[in-house]
Amino acid sequence: MKHTISVQLRNKPGVLSRVTGLFSGRGFNIESLCVAETMDSELSVLTIVSRGDAAIIEQITKQLHKLIDVIKVTDMAELPYVEREMVLLRMKAVETTRAEVLRIADIFRAKVIDVSSKTFTIEVTGSSSKVNACIELLRPLGIKEIVRTGTVAMARAPKK
Amino acid sequence: MKKVTGAEAIIKCLKEEGVSTIFGYPGGAITDLYDALMDADLKNIIVRHEQGAVHAADGYARVTGDVGVALLTSGPGATNGVTGIATAYCDSIPIVVLTGQVPRALIGNDAFQEVDIVGITRPCTKHNYLVGSAEELVPTLREAFHIARSGRPGPVLVDLPKDIITAKFDYPAKKAMTMPSYQPNTDPHPRQVEKACKAIMRAKCPVLYVGGGVILANAQDDLIELTRKLGIPVTMTLMGLGAFPGTDPLSMGMLGMHGSFCANMAVAECDLLIAVGARFDDRVTGKLSDFATKAKVIHIDVDPTSISKNVRVDIPIVADCRNALKAINIWFDTQPGINIEEEKACHQPWFETIQKWTEQHPMTWHDDESGIIKPQYVIEKLNELTGGDAIITTEVGQNQMWTAQFFKFNKARHLVTSGGLGTMGFGLPAAIGAQCAFPEKTVIDIAGDGSIQMNIQELATARQYNLPIKVAILNNNYLGMVRQWQELFYNRRYFATPMEVLPDFIDLAKAYGAVGLRATKKSEVEPVIKEALSTRNVVLMDFRIAREENVYPMVPAGKATTEMLLV
Repeated sequence: MKHTISVQLRNKPGVLSRVTGLFSGRGFNIESLCVAETMDSELSVLTIVSRGDAAIIEQITKQLHKLIDVIKVTDMAELPYVEREMVLLRMKAVETTRAEVLRIADIFRAKVIDVSSKTFTIEVTGSSSKVNACIELLRPLGIKEIVRTGTVAMARAPKK
Repeated sequence: MKKVTGAEAIIKCLKEEGVSTIFGYPGGAITDLYDALMDADLKNIIVRHEQGAVHAADGYARVTGDVGVALLTSGPGATNGVTGIATAYCDSIPIVVLTGQVPRALIGNDAFQEVDIVGITRPCTKHNYLVGSAEELVPTLREAFHIARSGRPGPVLVDLPKDIITAKFDYPAKKAMTMPSYQPNTDPHPRQVEKACKAIMRAKCPVLYVGGGVILANAQDDLIELTRKLGIPVTMTLMGLGAFPGTDPLSMGMLGMHGSFCANMAVAECDLLIAVGARFDDRVTGKLSDFATKAKVIHIDVDPTSISKNVRVDIPIVADCRNALKAINIWFDTQPGINIEEEKACHQPWFETIQKWTEQHPMTWHDDESGIIKPQYVIEKLNELTGGDAIITTEVGQNQMWTAQFFKFNKARHLVTSGGLGTMGFGLPAAIGAQCAFPEKTVIDIAGDGSIQMNIQELATARQYNLPIKVAILNNNYLGMVRQWQELFYNRRYFATPMEVLPDFIDLAKAYGAVGLRATKKSEVEPVIKEALSTRNVVLMDFRIAREENVYPMVPAGKATTEMLLV
């Protein structure tokens, strides 16, 4: 099963390589990985999407926690959370397809951020499933290039 | 305040951390540190190969329980140490390895003797550091020692750029250690302890399965108390040997691939398996789906990643083994309405079953009238003639397994062996570390003719520092363990395993200024050992043993541990 894991860690050189080394060394899978500084410049948050049964995910979270520079590990499956991913798509935009590309982009509330005579560059933001749905609809119209950020996630704030 | 150099600061900090001995080898990037060490009040053991320095620091740590320290230069010095670091990592041994590094300005420039040792050792250290500034030097070293010795211990590497070793700065005062991201849990949860105790009360056929964690936590007395109190039979992993007296009637010896028949049967048949400081390694479990299928499992370990990694655990207790065993003992002592004698008595039928298994297939070997030396006989004689009191290091292979099977370890920290990584060449340098820690003890490296050659150069180190180590080579002219596999599973195709050229170990000993002794017949074994033990010098004993003797029992790889090949 797919799991989104949020890892708070010390913002120091080599920390990312400790995390990725752990995944490659133990044969854990990484579907996406996204890392940046937080409000506190001494800390980073890394969002990692991985796949595995309960035992593997348990090992992943425990092994992550064992890293000296890791402060907190949260498996998002354990609580309500929101997640977003951004994708940049370079679309073929010839006369016959231009209108259709724009229409689909509009449905997904995607933005055109760059235009040339033969292409549109579109920014799509949303959960992975929404982004994937958009890509699938655009694919027959001719995608020239895709760049994805990977997922970032945050636990929902308590309601009260 | 007088400024100190980086080198002086390192020495001061090492002393604050209680270090008295450094195992190392000099080189360009750490010359300034060795220069300062010349005037420092620290013992320096200069080895002949950096791998030896790390193994020696490791051996020192295993016998004392203190953090061992190795000092290596940059580049090849550091990479030569990697096998030693990985060895310590696999067995959770607290060592701090200091490596020289090129000056900061040159890092990343492919400078002479530059290597990214922090990158290389990331997966085989508990943690590692490249010191980024002079201010960070001392706090980093303090953290390194703290990490190495706390929680599940392990090796920590600190990479020291040359310009930081020569920098001048104020020595920082000692502050309380604050590491919010590193807080190992050492106290057991009372509710888990209670659950475990109740499970122990319910069990009719319990087994204690103890590993190196008990020794690392110095929990042997608490283990003995629990065992005797409740009459629970004990089996030990290779790393756990000595945690419980090997001559005690409740000891079933080692379990697993070359474990005793009774230990493997008991684990297969028990209704409660109490794992303490052990990690369900594949050499212990054999085929996982057939391992301890009838048992509820209690697992005490300081490292949460060890729990439910290979075997599903019913009652986990994340804690220091000593704290957990103490808590269990206290529970049984203070819980109202428990009759300890009754509890103990109800395990008696189980103990009798185990005794039957022992009688059925005792740990034994075939003697004959030929006069050919059997390796097991050598081990038994070493055990007998040292009164079981020597510190034994081993190499890896048949020599290691026969030692584990036939030397009766009654005390913790008396067996020093590379369990997890299985590093050939470990025994001799580890013996150097052990002998440095205990100059008056008998220290014996039990070796094979193959593995002794992997770090034989350290004979010179032993001689230089007057460390009267005894090396017992079980010489069968083969890489015996691999040959055993070839015999049993590869149709006796003995390829790559015969040692077609061996040095004359007597002449070799002489060349190093050591003493060489040889036994070719059974009757010569005892006189050779006696002479070695009474010689205050390094002694190499060359025992010419039965060439094709195998280690039994043996569980073939991938089989259930009850499917043993027996003598």
